[in-house]
Amino acid sequence: MATTTYLEAIRQGLWEEMERDPDVFLMGEDIGSYGGAFKVTAGMLEHFGEKRVIDTPISEEAIVGAGIGAAVMGMRPVLEMQFMDFIACAFNQIVNYAAKMHFRWGQAVPLVIRGPSGGGVHGGPYHSQNPEAYFAHTPGLKVVQPATAYDAKGLIKAAIRDNNPVIFLEHKFLYRRIKEEIPEGDYVVPLGVARVAREGKHLSIITYGAMLYVALDAAKQLEHEEIDVEVIDLRTLSPLDEDCILNSVKKTNKIILLHEDTRTLGLGAELASIISEKAFEYLDGPLIRITAPDSPVPYSPPLEEAYLPGVGQVMDAARRLAAY
Amino acid sequence: MYYFLRLNRSVDERLGNLYRQGKVVGGLYSSLGQEGISVATAYALEKQDVLGPMIRNLGATLVRGFKPRDLFCQYMARSSGPSGGRDCNLHFGDLNRGVMACISMLGALIPVMAGIALSSTLRGEDRVALTYIGDGGTRVGDFHEGLNFAAVKDLPLVVIVENNQFAYSTPVTSQMKNTRISDFAQAYGIFGTTIDGNDVLEVYNTTRAAVARARQGAGPALIECNTFRMRGHAEHDDAKYVPPELLEFWKKKDPILRFERYLFNNGIMTQAEQQTIIDRITRELDADVAFAESSPLPVPAPCGTALPGVYAD
Repeated sequence: MATTTYLEAIRQGLWEEMERDPDVFLMGEDIGSYGGAFKVTAGMLEHFGEKRVIDTPISEEAIVGAGIGAAVMGMRPVLEMQFMDFIACAFNQIVNYAAKMHFRWGQAVPLVIRGPSGGGVHGGPYHSQNPEAYFAHTPGLKVVQPATAYDAKGLIKAAIRDNNPVIFLEHKFLYRRIKEEIPEGDYVVPLGVARVAREGKHLSIITYGAMLYVALDAAKQLEHEEIDVEVIDLRTLSPLDEDCILNSVKKTNKIILLHEDTRTLGLGAELASIISEKAFEYLDGPLIRITAPDSPVPYSPPLEEAYLPGVGQVMDAARRLAAY
Repeated sequence: MYYFLRLNRSVDERLGNLYRQGKVVGGLYSSLGQEGISVATAYALEKQDVLGPMIRNLGATLVRGFKPRDLFCQYMARSSGPSGGRDCNLHFGDLNRGVMACISMLGALIPVMAGIALSSTLRGEDRVALTYIGDGGTRVGDFHEGLNFAAVKDLPLVVIVENNQFAYSTPVTSQMKNTRISDFAQAYGIFGTTIDGNDVLEVYNTTRAAVARARQGAGPALIECNTFRMRGHAEHDDAKYVPPELLEFWKKKDPILRFERYLFNNGIMTQAEQQTIIDRITRELDADVAFAESSPLPVPAPCGTALPGVYAD
């Protein structure tokens, strides 16, 4: 066991998969000698060489398109979006080519598109977005967002070994803030499996990504008010682990859906529908969504801090819900 | 090669008949007048190469081993078609035959084929990727991103531009200021040329040389084939916007008739041999149309559930 940051855990996962499978290669903008905008791939060019750590022109559609081409030939490309906001530039290749390929003619596309998403670092409207809902809405894609260093390493490995296109959303706010003891060497966290991050019996907060820490913080403070909060970390956003979600509903009967992405048709809306369709009779209170408002992510610190869901908001909602 | 040229045209004609009988589901995109490009370029490849056809490259799929019955079943949305009724027209592939499926979004194939070429380079293989695009499709960003990517990485990619003068109803002069599309090769620092796309031998020889060049590591090529779309964008389109004198002009340049004259004049094919080929095609297509017509439509998934195979295992 060694103390490892969230960022270093991703790097370790990539490194070990590159060592394990010669068909794995990395491609993206400035990932080679520069080591990536956040240094996730630092040192990898020197170790693996320029045939496996490939710098590209600023051409997101070509990066993903070329990744798809290499993937159908049996390779396992891992493509970096310098910021996940730029994944919009590759939307066509992802949703029209990669996602639909296996359905149309049975051709697998083992591909990972990874990069930093999320706010909290004053990146403004184009360096802070959470694009998960576009892709979770697209059949044929898997969408992953780790919240812990342990999961970051285990999930990137599972994503690389998966035979489908996987959108791997790293949360840039967590890159260097999260440090944990994680095992050295190989382990995998399977896709599609959520985690009970904290056991509780009065209500459940279902969340993922950086909001996990907001939920845990709120849960800790609510202990003083004798509200015992369970926290579910989804880890994989598509496909959802319905068993884990519904088990928690059946246990606590009161649910808060918390995410950093905007509200309308965000993941919370889907979770609310699933819960109401499949566990309505277990609910003892309204399903409460806590999300960013329906607006672009603002830049200036006071604006962004007010925009992102915070501990106070979660605690208020928990008190209201606990009273039912 | 003559067999495949004739086969391409005959399959096209049969599909036209089936369309008019209401048996083709959805649109039908004719390759009339452009068969020489599909067939000659596919002929210029080796077995290990990968070809990415667009919707008018029916002939290229035939050369790569798909059968006319595959196309009839596909266009008639039957379960025995190569996509099992899940997708339409030429939207199918089989990498065992070296065919990568296209999607409707023009230009999207170019970066994907660059990626196939990239895998060849990374693994030290001698595989070349070849794909097609129309004059209109070259106005999409993917064309430029893909070509530039292939150029920077010296990838074995050959891009055939079928400049058939019209993108649906919009003439090439309304699509771009400089209508010599091979000029983009210079912009991206790769080999480029413009040729007579209705001269089968010129298309074959030029493509063959570009493929050989790419295979030796000399990088991508952009071959602009001047040709003409002799029917509408799809069969529903009567193409009234095309001046009749243009159609007359290009009819005289029909690639199959020109190739026939060449074969006859040089004693390569006799009238009797030609008749044998035509008779063989008639027999094959009678059988394959009958096969497709008797093939079942696919079975839907139970109400409210997805068909299997959205995800790979």
